[in-house]
Amino acid sequence: MKVRLKVWRQKNSGTAGAFQTYETPDLNPNMSFLEMLDVINEQLAGRGEEPIAFDHDCREGICGTCSLVIDGKPHGPHHGIATCQTYMRSFKEGDEIVVEPFRARAFPLIKDLVVSRKAFDTIMQAGGFITVRAGSPPDANAILVPKEDSDLAMDAAQCIGCGACVAACRNASAMLFVAAKVSHLGLLPQGQPERHARVKNMVEAMDAAGFGNCSVTGACEAVCPKSISIDFIARMNRDYAVALLKGDAKESASGAG
Amino acid sequence: MATLNSNIPSGPLTAKWTKHRFESKLVNPASKRKYKVIVIGAGLAGASASATLADLGYQVENFVFHDSPRRAHSIAAQGGINAAKNYQNDGDSVHRLFYDTIKGGDFRAREANVHRLAEVSVQIIDQCAAQGVPFAREYGGLLDNRSFGGAQVSRTFYARGQTGQQLLVGAYSALSRQIGLGGVKSYTHAEMLDLVVVDGHAKGVIVRNLQTGEITRHGADAIVLATGGYGNVFNLSTYARGSNATAIWRAYRRGACLANPCYTQIHPTCIPVSGDYQSKLTLMSESLRNDGRIWVPKKQADRRQPHEIPEDERDYYLERMYRAFGNLAPRDIASRAAKQVCDEGRGVGDTGLGVYLDFSESIQRLGEEKVRERYGNLFSIYQEITAEDAYKTPMRIYPAVHYTMGGLWVDYNLMSNIPGLFVLGEANFSDHGANRLGASALMQGLADGYFVLPGTLSNYLATQKPENRVKTEHAAFREADASVRQSLKRMLERKGKRTPASFHKELGKILWDQCGMARNKAGLEKAIQKTAALREEYDENINVTGDGGEWNQALEQAGRVADFIELGELMCRDALHREESCGGHFREEYQYTAADPETQQGLVNPGDVRRDDERFAYVAAWEYSGTKQAPTLNKEPLVYEEVHMTTRSYK
Repeated sequence: MKVRLKVWRQKNSGTAGAFQTYETPDLNPNMSFLEMLDVINEQLAGRGEEPIAFDHDCREGICGTCSLVIDGKPHGPHHGIATCQTYMRSFKEGDEIVVEPFRARAFPLIKDLVVSRKAFDTIMQAGGFITVRAGSPPDANAILVPKEDSDLAMDAAQCIGCGACVAACRNASAMLFVAAKVSHLGLLPQGQPERHARVKNMVEAMDAAGFGNCSVTGACEAVCPKSISIDFIARMNRDYAVALLKGDAKESASGAG
Repeated sequence: MATLNSNIPSGPLTAKWTKHRFESKLVNPASKRKYKVIVIGAGLAGASASATLADLGYQVENFVFHDSPRRAHSIAAQGGINAAKNYQNDGDSVHRLFYDTIKGGDFRAREANVHRLAEVSVQIIDQCAAQGVPFAREYGGLLDNRSFGGAQVSRTFYARGQTGQQLLVGAYSALSRQIGLGGVKSYTHAEMLDLVVVDGHAKGVIVRNLQTGEITRHGADAIVLATGGYGNVFNLSTYARGSNATAIWRAYRRGACLANPCYTQIHPTCIPVSGDYQSKLTLMSESLRNDGRIWVPKKQADRRQPHEIPEDERDYYLERMYRAFGNLAPRDIASRAAKQVCDEGRGVGDTGLGVYLDFSESIQRLGEEKVRERYGNLFSIYQEITAEDAYKTPMRIYPAVHYTMGGLWVDYNLMSNIPGLFVLGEANFSDHGANRLGASALMQGLADGYFVLPGTLSNYLATQKPENRVKTEHAAFREADASVRQSLKRMLERKGKRTPASFHKELGKILWDQCGMARNKAGLEKAIQKTAALREEYDENINVTGDGGEWNQALEQAGRVADFIELGELMCRDALHREESCGGHFREEYQYTAADPETQQGLVNPGDVRRDDERFAYVAAWEYSGTKQAPTLNKEPLVYEEVHMTTRSYK
């Protein structure tokens, strides 16, 4: 099969970008979308042109490095998978496929299809953890966790930190990302001591990083490669409200343990 | 010749680690903050080490080439992590985990290190549970376990099919906390391109910022490499595309010995190769072998659909050949058996390089719902890639490169032969011998980072004075800096005809054919010549687009591929010199035959690996001797104080 690609090319954040069109050679439908880009890049390099910069690493849908907005949808046409797990058989002979970077103010562009998602790390550093020192924990089975809580925490913990939720959101909100982390830790008994400080600090860091607010369109859940539910946003909002009412979270969090 | 002192503490095996910690030098709390430690990598080993050292009070600088310290390929581990908790009351113990690991490694690992690994395994689970890692639980709230290859007890802890991700996110959150507190300074998109050695001690690194191309020098009192394995040398593997050997290879070129480079793990259950465009292979967790049965048709070139082949015309070959362990035979054995049946012409799928992993029996026994609960995400990964429904038709699987047991040589303190250079996780060689058991990589990465290095680093630091730390203007820094710039410039200016990817592909094919699942003298000699010739062609004919002062993925890849080619040659040399078979290293000349007493006693099958303990019970630590010079072989004898090296039997 052959397709035509319209790809966003931009040398760096300081210069203007534009779409460029590329015709692919004959492709095997069992190729992954990223392998198709590899093929184009080999062609470009062969002609002495610069390959298309794009982010990728594990290529099995778990590291969260790959991104891309494909035909207007972060991570491409399918539900619950990442770009790297998208295969060419999802497209038809002769399709024109538009490929863009994740666009959000808090994700500045680095080159072509690569953006910086450092803001997610900053949010995590503000509170996305349980304070525990190696050597000090009790026996693992001393902490009983009801299976339902543990399973729900695991549902939230699946977040791969890819940023598709932000790219899909009309407000470029990072609420689903933050809610997933806050819920994962807040659902577990181990996460209780820092629960309110955590949510308050993470939400503040999210706001400071320039992410927008949530208007509950559900676009984030729809594109999330791990299908993380927006119910977790409600859970986070509740925790945040309690944290504000308690009011003393800031002080106890500043030492983070 | 390098000096290899393993520094194994004296005394009984079970007391060594306790004794060593007591006898180790300490750095007092007030002095710790004066010491600076550089950690390269933030996978399980690097992130856990960085966070823990910062908790102890050291100043830590962490470097990753990724955009975030949460992306390393530890994240992709599916099945689980071993620990000798004996929560199942099924006969497990520290000694059993130790023995299974030593035997699983075909008696080619260092005894004292493996025992320590088994000892600290129990603390790892405590640490991770406390961090909020959502391990699978039973209805009573206790932790659940499953069984894994090479063991007859259930000691594997897991978090759905994403154990690696959950453990890594745990370590990353600990690291994030320390970054927030200022205990760790984190550098992302920062690739280490050289090690700086001052007066024989590792004292710094040269780093390239992948976004800006800027080259910087960083000095410290100790350097820790936790940069993972080198399996991408084969081009096609289950590794992430970015996984590379550059950090360990550059350290090797600065004098660190590389141990047992030919010990590579070929994992039995991966999705078969479908075409030459392919960029990576995808693993299907070994845990599938708990409930899946592996078979091929008894007849050669049987083109019938699997459901058309009646039960009595199927060969459940692992169950037939290894009755005691059956489908849970260790990875090296299961992989070799798959290759053997495919070589006999009984492989399945379009290429004939595949075997069935069949769930129909367990779906009948447990119900589809239960199977979905246990393996649902793996079945969907399989369906995405192959467009086949494994609930209805058996999976097709074939072995693929998955892990490297070899790595930089380290002593009991995890310090290389260059004082001040420590190596953790898959990047070192120490714990898995010639074959790693499933669910042991996560265990080792976290053991090294949370517990071992924090306990041994002070031994070295106590001998160093932070106030005397070398400045980055020192001649050794200037020389390393200049050599990095020079090599980048050469690659960019060559403007040849071939891309880095084309060299990588060719290298991968040479190694897979000659230094993969089966090796022999003639093939290895040919591969040494071919890799050396490929390296020469690379210098003449490499084409790197763009320039060095910006984001340039072709340039990143070019440097890594050059290192892979050199490493590939060393692997073949190591495989050639090791005239025995052990674990994942199978030399066709050295295998059991039907006439051998071990075969007749029923311990092994004809075709099983045959060790030669008289000649090869040692660690082969290769030392760089200069460009285009044959490397020097150093040997560390493997002295087993308590375990006897025996014939490894899984029958």
